[in-house]
Amino acid sequence: MALFEARGLHMRFGRRVVLERIDLAIEQGMFAGIIGPNGAGKTTCFNVLTGRFRPNRGKITFAEEDITGLTPAKIARKGIARSFQIMTLFDEYSARDNVIQALPEMRAMAYHMGHAVARDRFLIDAADEVLDGVGLLARAHVRAKDLSYGDRRALEIAVALGSRPRILFLDEPTSGLGASGRARLRTLLESLKGKLTICAIEHDLALLFSLADRVSVIQWGQVIAEGTPAELRSDPWVRRSNLGKLQ
Amino acid sequence: MLPSPNASPRLVTPTIALVLLLLATVPFWIERIGLYPYLGVEILIWSIYALGFNLLLGYTGLPSFGHGAYFGVGAYAFGLAQFNLVPNLWICLLVAVVAAAFAGLFVACFISHRRGIYYALMTIAFGQVFWFIAIKTHSVTGGEDGLLKIARLPVEVGVARFDLSSNVALYYFALAAFALVLIGLWRLVNSPFGRVLQAIRQNETRVTFLGYAVWPIKAAVFTLSAAISGFAGALFAMAQTSAFPDVMSLHHSGYIVMMTLVGGGLVSFWGPVIGVFAFLLTRDIIGALTTAWMFWFGLFFVLVVLFKPEGIAGLLRDLKDGWMRRNFSAPAAAPAKEPGSP
Repeated sequence: MALFEARGLHMRFGRRVVLERIDLAIEQGMFAGIIGPNGAGKTTCFNVLTGRFRPNRGKITFAEEDITGLTPAKIARKGIARSFQIMTLFDEYSARDNVIQALPEMRAMAYHMGHAVARDRFLIDAADEVLDGVGLLARAHVRAKDLSYGDRRALEIAVALGSRPRILFLDEPTSGLGASGRARLRTLLESLKGKLTICAIEHDLALLFSLADRVSVIQWGQVIAEGTPAELRSDPWVRRSNLGKLQ
Repeated sequence: MLPSPNASPRLVTPTIALVLLLLATVPFWIERIGLYPYLGVEILIWSIYALGFNLLLGYTGLPSFGHGAYFGVGAYAFGLAQFNLVPNLWICLLVAVVAAAFAGLFVACFISHRRGIYYALMTIAFGQVFWFIAIKTHSVTGGEDGLLKIARLPVEVGVARFDLSSNVALYYFALAAFALVLIGLWRLVNSPFGRVLQAIRQNETRVTFLGYAVWPIKAAVFTLSAAISGFAGALFAMAQTSAFPDVMSLHHSGYIVMMTLVGGGLVSFWGPVIGVFAFLLTRDIIGALTTAWMFWFGLFFVLVVLFKPEGIAGLLRDLKDGWMRRNFSAPAAAPAKEPGSP
């Protein structure tokens, strides 16, 4: 049984069908990839999987539990985290405070009104450990809005990691990054591979194909092909859909 | 933006201690500068109200334009408890706080799923509902005549009893209440709850995807803010020995928004208090020269919104930063701030 599974997902906005019979299965420890052209329905698929949209039909299970239609907060509390293509950080908070906000211990204290967070060594150390993992420890005190674009991308992932997820959904983590930024993200993703179950949408096919165990191709709201990177390279659908020059 | 949560989490900061100490001396000199102790009482009560209001507007980013309703509920509840329950200060204050909190919770249940303009409009609508009820339920609230002859109940602590009939005595009682709210809110905004509120203001979507149940948190802060407003309303009823529906009206609700924004509640914990001082001192000082004092304050409000939306606190912060830059050279590389350091 896969750790995370979606079966027959169907999503409609009004009369427009945006997802049709989406099937995905992500095994524990797997690095899964989703590719497809712009407007294919990849981000909508993520939004359905992480609770932002409720599917019209279909079923989503996580650790054998049906999570279809749960709110994003309930899904997140089960250990499912995501990053966003358009960065959604707490801009006025420092990098450290961004990660502290994501920690499960902080969430458990959401209604505590007398505890001084800034003196909580456990929270600070836990956040710093995450920041160290993404190469941001030296800039822990810098406000998110004052970080460089590459650092903000890394922080976006750090915030998701801060919640100590069992599965991490990454929506175009290298979006907008230059060559050095992509190299840095590749190193980060390589370090996460195997330690965490990951599902990533990515346009950088070379990067994704070098990391992913399995890749799903979404086109017209449907999974048109699925397999290992090697299998996909020879898939006629993928070749015909001009999804880039697969190396 | 509001101060970084890395600001001092100490229970009483030097600034808080200094402000409270300064305020404690006010009765000794206020009449010498042509003002009067009752103005001090008003400033403290409105400061409590404004601090509670800013928990919503400044810290959580929730615009409530009908907050006078909860101030009024507290005022009426204080008077009604005194007349119909028991004339005990602590019990009447408790009734006022609980009544305002319940009113806030009731409204919060309807509005906390909303955002932006819809949230703001619903706070106005509910504010008007409370105001209308206060006017129409003549047998309970006295209608437009209000509740009169509300007594300034004495403070009873064990066998000790302190009379609050003089304005100076009431000033010190209001100062104690102000200190309690000030220190409590300072602690709160640096607590996990305060952090979540500020996170909601910055990015509600992300907070949701981090697993926080956002609407109950929004409902909780609205309820807390209403309770603090009700506490201020009860003190106000005691100060003016009456309660009128006027304080629940839309224009009265607008005053607290103006005070908070002009003072700089969006950028500073102290902004609302600064705004209350600016508003009430303008009323008394400019009001002594012209009856059109509100015109001048309104003009000032427009100028602040247009040219310095961070308010007076933002202006003071910029002046301080400029002075620091001129007098102290910046270090070559800013060292990483030690977590938890003040």
